[in-house]
Order: sequence, then structure tokens, then C-alpha cells
Amino acid sequence: MSIDMEQFKVTFVEESLEGLDIMESVLLDMHPGAADAEAIDNIFRAAHSIKGGAATFGLGDIANFTHVVETLLDEVRNGDRDITQEAIVLFLSSVDCIREMLSADQNDEAIDQERIGEVKAGLDSMLGSDQDNETVLPESNAATSTDTQENGWEIIFKPFPGMLRTGNDVVRMFRELADLGDFTAVVDAESLPPLVDLDPEEACLSWHITLNGEIDKAQISEIFEWVEDDCELVITPLSASNTNVVNNNAIDNPVTDNPVEEATSVDLQAASTPSERRAEGERRQTARKTSSPESSSIRVGIDKIDDLINMVGELVITQSMLSQLGEDFDMGRVERLNDGLAELERNTRELQESVMRIRMLPISFAFNRFPRMVHDLSAKLDKKIELTMSGEQTELDKTVMEKIGDPLVHLVRNSIDHGIETPEARKAAGKSETGVVNLNAYHQGGNIIIEISDDGAGLNYEKILAKAIERGLVGANEELPEEKVYELLFEPGFSTADVVSDVSGRGVGMDVVKRNIMALGGGVDVKSVPGEGSTFTIRLPLTLAILDGQLVRVGNNTYIIPLVSIVESLLVDQKNVNEIAGKAEVYQLRADYLPIIRLYEVFGIEPDQRSLDDGLLVVVEGDGKKGGLLVDELLGQQQVVIKSLETNFRRVEGLSGATILGDGTVALIVDVAGVVRLSREDGRCPSEQVAAA
Amino acid sequence: MDAAQNMAHEIQHNLESDDDQFLTFILAGEEYGVDILRVQEIKGWDSVTPIPNTPEYIRGVINLRGTIVPIIDLRRRFQLEAMEYGPMTVVIVLRVDNPDGGKSRVMGLVVDAVSDVYNVPEGAIKAAPDFGSVVDVNFVKGLATLEDVMVIILDIDRLLNADELSAVESISQ
Repeated sequence: MSIDMEQFKVTFVEESLEGLDIMESVLLDMHPGAADAEAIDNIFRAAHSIKGGAATFGLGDIANFTHVVETLLDEVRNGDRDITQEAIVLFLSSVDCIREMLSADQNDEAIDQERIGEVKAGLDSMLGSDQDNETVLPESNAATSTDTQENGWEIIFKPFPGMLRTGNDVVRMFRELADLGDFTAVVDAESLPPLVDLDPEEACLSWHITLNGEIDKAQISEIFEWVEDDCELVITPLSASNTNVVNNNAIDNPVTDNPVEEATSVDLQAASTPSERRAEGERRQTARKTSSPESSSIRVGIDKIDDLINMVGELVITQSMLSQLGEDFDMGRVERLNDGLAELERNTRELQESVMRIRMLPISFAFNRFPRMVHDLSAKLDKKIELTMSGEQTELDKTVMEKIGDPLVHLVRNSIDHGIETPEARKAAGKSETGVVNLNAYHQGGNIIIEISDDGAGLNYEKILAKAIERGLVGANEELPEEKVYELLFEPGFSTADVVSDVSGRGVGMDVVKRNIMALGGGVDVKSVPGEGSTFTIRLPLTLAILDGQLVRVGNNTYIIPLVSIVESLLVDQKNVNEIAGKAEVYQLRADYLPIIRLYEVFGIEPDQRSLDDGLLVVVEGDGKKGGLLVDELLGQQQVVIKSLETNFRRVEGLSGATILGDGTVALIVDVAGVVRLSREDGRCPSEQVAAA
Repeated sequence: MDAAQNMAHEIQHNLESDDDQFLTFILAGEEYGVDILRVQEIKGWDSVTPIPNTPEYIRGVINLRGTIVPIIDLRRRFQLEAMEYGPMTVVIVLRVDNPDGGKSRVMGLVVDAVSDVYNVPEGAIKAAPDFGSVVDVNFVKGLATLEDVMVIILDIDRLLNADELSAVESISQ
């Protein structure tokens, strides 16, 4: 085909991945025995689409593999096969395999042929082991040698009336057949109605085709792939007798040879090690997920688009009203101008909120992978775990959601691996054998809060403290409050796991989790009750691009401090100021001692005044550290759009970005944690450090 | 008719030739040239927002139609005597490519004045000896004599991608 397929391929991959997700969630909910007809239909349809699409885009491996799955599902659908636990497990493995193959094709990677071969063999054997009914695979992979014909084929092709409506073009198919060999067709126009009754969109012709040449039956079937369901197709080899008649629509067939690789051992293999392979595949999947490019499209509900259109409409009205006003303006009409501007502000604000909502997706997209993961992990670790989720409809920004996926996975794995005890241990402790892991999400202030809690063994205070002392993170005799001890978990390389499993325990996870979450502008906390369980709480800003900020002035420069970081602002009372060792200054605020950070020093600029007398202190908190920033004046508060400094410049310590103020000038956004860090360094003002460098 | 024909020929020749075009500017009496395809625009000097803890030659950033663009003072960069900025001061906004691949960046250079645009025929750029000039030889692509003036052709990518401008971990510990 000369049409550029690449753009459609992207859509195909996206839809296939969605279809695979559907298959997976349906399969997870399925129980062996009688199958829910609708559920089976859903998975069958998903598999069928993937197969057809894969064939169209030339992804032969995927098409072949999916075809076997589809065949099995078709049998289940028709009531010719029951759902066994083994089947469910095998289907889940195949979902993994197809995902892997799709991803490998996208990223140009090699696939684990061995594993896919194993699963496929399992599927084949399940197909071949059923004595009563079988569908002979028309593909050449499990092909019978008798299907390849030397001389040619006779094809009877009778499309159903609706076949043309799905965009199938008979002429194209015939052209492709003609490419294969010597093509002759005889049309049967018996069912052709008189011209006056003719509906040009309905197929009413049928053909008797003779195709001479050395052709594989598979090649012919491939051409008719898309119309399998919409026609009657009979392919018979020319010279042989009719023992090999295959009708693609009927199911009852004579059993033919089905060479199956590793037939005998596969069943056992499939049953005993799928969970292992799956866990392996999952790790590979998660590893690959981090390297795959972020998806570039998003699904948006029509209602959001409609809102947007309405709002833009109102904006246009306001704009024309203002420009009309401006045409013939005199000071007498100032009142109307102000009204118009107020209306404009309202419209712009609503439009902004509306647009930001478009990027928001419910967090269920991130939570969706967990049922499967918990199912697999609990099987692998021999623990009984129930996963409950609440607040899945809570929305958050798409980019944030994509980046929070991996940290969430890590925390849930931790809960399952280290938190929840084995059924025996739980029973001994008087708890129910099934542990519960709960995922909860809700909005709070300008943030979204995600809680991962379990009712397992909780964090072991002593063990953590001991490990920290061992690693020198904590002095031998230091007394630390509980939260501080639990925070140690997030130090790099920290792990109290006695045994390193491939799930966790290597101590590389938690600090990466924390760093990733902080990179999104959020934070993570942990609370735990020994014996009862632990709760990890992740805080994330709702959106990355816009910030509520407090404008402050230091000397001639305007800076912006994120409102979420500001605790309070106050006038300095000299008697609360203390000096430590003649260098660091602290301010006593009620029960806390805050380091006083002279912003003009950190930023190397000239302030209005250097003394603390009647100075303005903005108490801020960032990354768990508190401090008091000395500024000259508090200006207004406003919402600012965060512009990156790194695009054209580089990251600057102490700044989290820049913004453009109403007058067009650039204001820098203060990174509170960074400033606190900078002020601690050396006692020297950083600009001196630069000069010395 | 002849004059017109000649002009037509010249224009045709310019369009077809393999000459590179360079924008030249004056800095402390010397004339420097940059590939004109890298020049995005030329603006007058407007106020700039300084960035803390950056070398002196990075004057700060400006708002260029919604993008934050850093402004570099070439005089300070080459450690020449700094000049007062006035209404004649000019900022040349350039697109800088990253030699390691990756996205290109936009930066502005403050110079004394803009000079002219020259066609430089292939081969007219000679390698620069280490003549002890203010400019580090690494930043110089070569020398060219254009209409009796020696022009120092700068390698913009090297000049503006120098370590000081990209991730500086040591300073910002």
C-alpha cells in the first residue's frame, strides 16, 4: 500500500494497549467454570481487533500469536470450551506477551522469543488437546504440511451483503491474489437484483476463482483476513481431493496434524512457572516503561471540550465589546471599561481553569495496573492480599500521573513484600489471613493526596534505628522521634530487609521514590503502628505549570515565593533573634527555632536594609526544612505561569523557574528548599564562592 | 539596461553561490562575524532580570515574547573593559545548537554595534593562529578578510555552550 501507515499505526498501538488492558481486567475478575458471556465477548473482540490490526500493519508475529488466543476465545464463546484456571493463567500470560511484542516493535527491541514460544506452545497444546472440537489454524506457523499446494487453489468467495460497508474492496483483494499467481475469476451474478432495486453499497456478487501457482494457503487466507467474518470463503487445493476443505466460518473440522513444540512439558511448565515469568516480564515491563517515550495524546471527554468552546465564545464577545469601547473612548466611559475588564478577567480565569482540566485524568489510570500486580505478587510470595481502592475518580494532571506511576508501584510492592506478613504469621498475630492493601486518593487544598496503607506488620522502629546507627546516619546515642526514624527509610541505599528478593530489598528504591516525587513538587511521608500497619502519604501539586505565588521585593528585585511553601509572615522582634556561634542567626517563633536566611546574601543583591530591625520575615517550609526569609517588602499575591529557566539557560540552585509579570518583566521563582540549602553552606555568601572559583 | 542586467546577474549569482552569509558586529574595536542563519533577531537593549549566583558576563534573562532568554555580555565574557549600556547598545539573539545533539537554545549577546552582512565565499575563512587575542582560539572558527577588514568568525556553538553555561554542579552544590 502506498498510503503512509505510520500515523495509523500509532493509533493502532494505543488502541491495542487499551484492548489488552480490558482483557487483563476482565480475566482477573474471571472465575473458572461458567464464563460470563459478555465478558468473554469483550475479550474476544479485543483479541480479534488486535489480530486484524497487527496483520494489516505487517506485524506477523503478533497476528499469529493473537490468532491462537482468539481461536481459543472463540471456542469459549461458543460454549465449546470451559474456562479453567489454567486457561485464565495462560490468557494472562498471552496478554503479557502481546504487550511485550507491541512494545518491542515500538522501541525496536528484541523480544524474549523463548518465553513467547513457551506461552504459544501452551496455547497451541490447549487448542490441540481438546478432543471434541477443533479449529484448524489457517496460519502457516502451526501449519500442516499438506496445506501447501504445488499447483494452485480453487476459491469460492461469497461476500455477505454488508461486507462492502466495512471498507473492503473486492478489486483490491483480487489484485493481491493476482500478484500471487495465475488468477482467473468467474463471477456468479445470480443474486444480482434488477438495476432499479440495486443498492450499490451491498455486495450481491460471488466469485469462483482459480489461482494457479506455488502458493501457500496462508498467503491466500491473509488476503481475506479482514473479511473472514463477512463472507463465505471456501479454499480448496486444485489437484488434491476434498479432504482438506477448510471453511473459515464453520467450526466443525476434521482434526489434522498440529505439530506442537515441547508439547508434553509445556502444560506443566505453563502451570507452574507463569507467575515467575510474569513477574520477570513485569520487571522487564516496568524497566521498559521507564525508557519508552511518554505518550503524546490524551483522551478528553466531550463535555470538557464543550465547556471550552463556550468559554472561548464568551471571551470573543467580551473582546469585541472592549474593542468597541476603545474605538470611541473618552474618560466618561471609564466605568464601562472597568466593567469590561472585570468581565475579561472572569472569562480568562474560567478559560484557564477549563483548559487545565483537560489535562486532568482520573487517577484510576494509574491505579489500574495494581490489581494485576497484586494478583501476581501475592501468588508469587504466597501471601493472601486483597487490594482495595478508593477515590479513583480523583483527577490529576496527565504528566504528573505518568511520573507518579513508578513510585506508586514501588510503594505498593514494598507494602506487599515487607509490610504484609505471611498468612501463618498473620493468623498467629490474631489478624485475618488476608492482608489488605488500600490505595486512596483525594484532593486537599491545591494538592492531591495519595495514600498507600496496609494492615501488615508496620515499620520496625528499632530495626530502622539500628540500621541507621550501623550506617552512621544517626549517632549511637541519639534519641529520635518516631517520624524522624521512619524518614530514614528514604535515605539512599537504606534497607532493613534481611533477604534481598528480586521484588525489593536492595535499598535502591525508596530514595528514588522520594526524589521523583519531590521533582514533581510534592512530598512523601510515612506513618506506622508496629503490628498494625503503615501508611505512606504522597502529596502532589495538582498542576505543574501554574503556581500561586507571593511577590516579595528585595532591593530592586522582585521574587516570587510559592504560597504553598509559606507558613506565615511577620515583623521581626529583635528579642527573639539569637545568634549561634557568632555565625548563624535563628529566630524563636513560639516553640521553634528558625534559621534566618538573608535573601540578599543568598542571591548576592543589594537590599534596602541589612539590619533585622523591623525587618520582614517570611516563614517558609520546604522539603521538611523551615526557615525565615528576610525580605524588604511584601507585594501582592498572584497566580503565575512557571517558565523554565532550563530551556535556554540552565538550572539555577535556589530558583525553581521564572515567570513574566504583568508589566512584561521577568521575576524569579524562589525554590525554598534550595535557598535553605544554599544558606547553610559554608557561611559564605555564594556569590563569594563563585568569585573564588 | 546594462546596469540593470548586471544587478540581475549579481543577485542571481548570490542566490546560487555557495557563499555563507555572516552578520558582523563590533566589539571593542574588533569586528566579529557569526553565521547569519543562527541570528534570530536583533533588538535594542532593554532591562534585564539578573540571575543570582551566575558569572558576571551573564547579565540575566529577558522575556522574549514569552520565552525566558539569557543575555550574555560579550565584553565581560572576553574580559574586556565593560561599557555603559546606552540607546545604541544592541542585543543579537542567536539560536545555539548543542554539539552533543539535543535541543537548540536561544541566547542573546550584548555587543557594541552591529556592522554588516557579508557573503563569504567558501575557502575565504582561514584558520586562525593563536595570536594572543582576547578570544580563546577554541571559539574562533577562523579569520576572513572582507572588504579590507579582518573579521574574526566565531564558533557560536562552542562559545555559548561552554561549561559555564550548562549544568554547573560545582558552584551550585
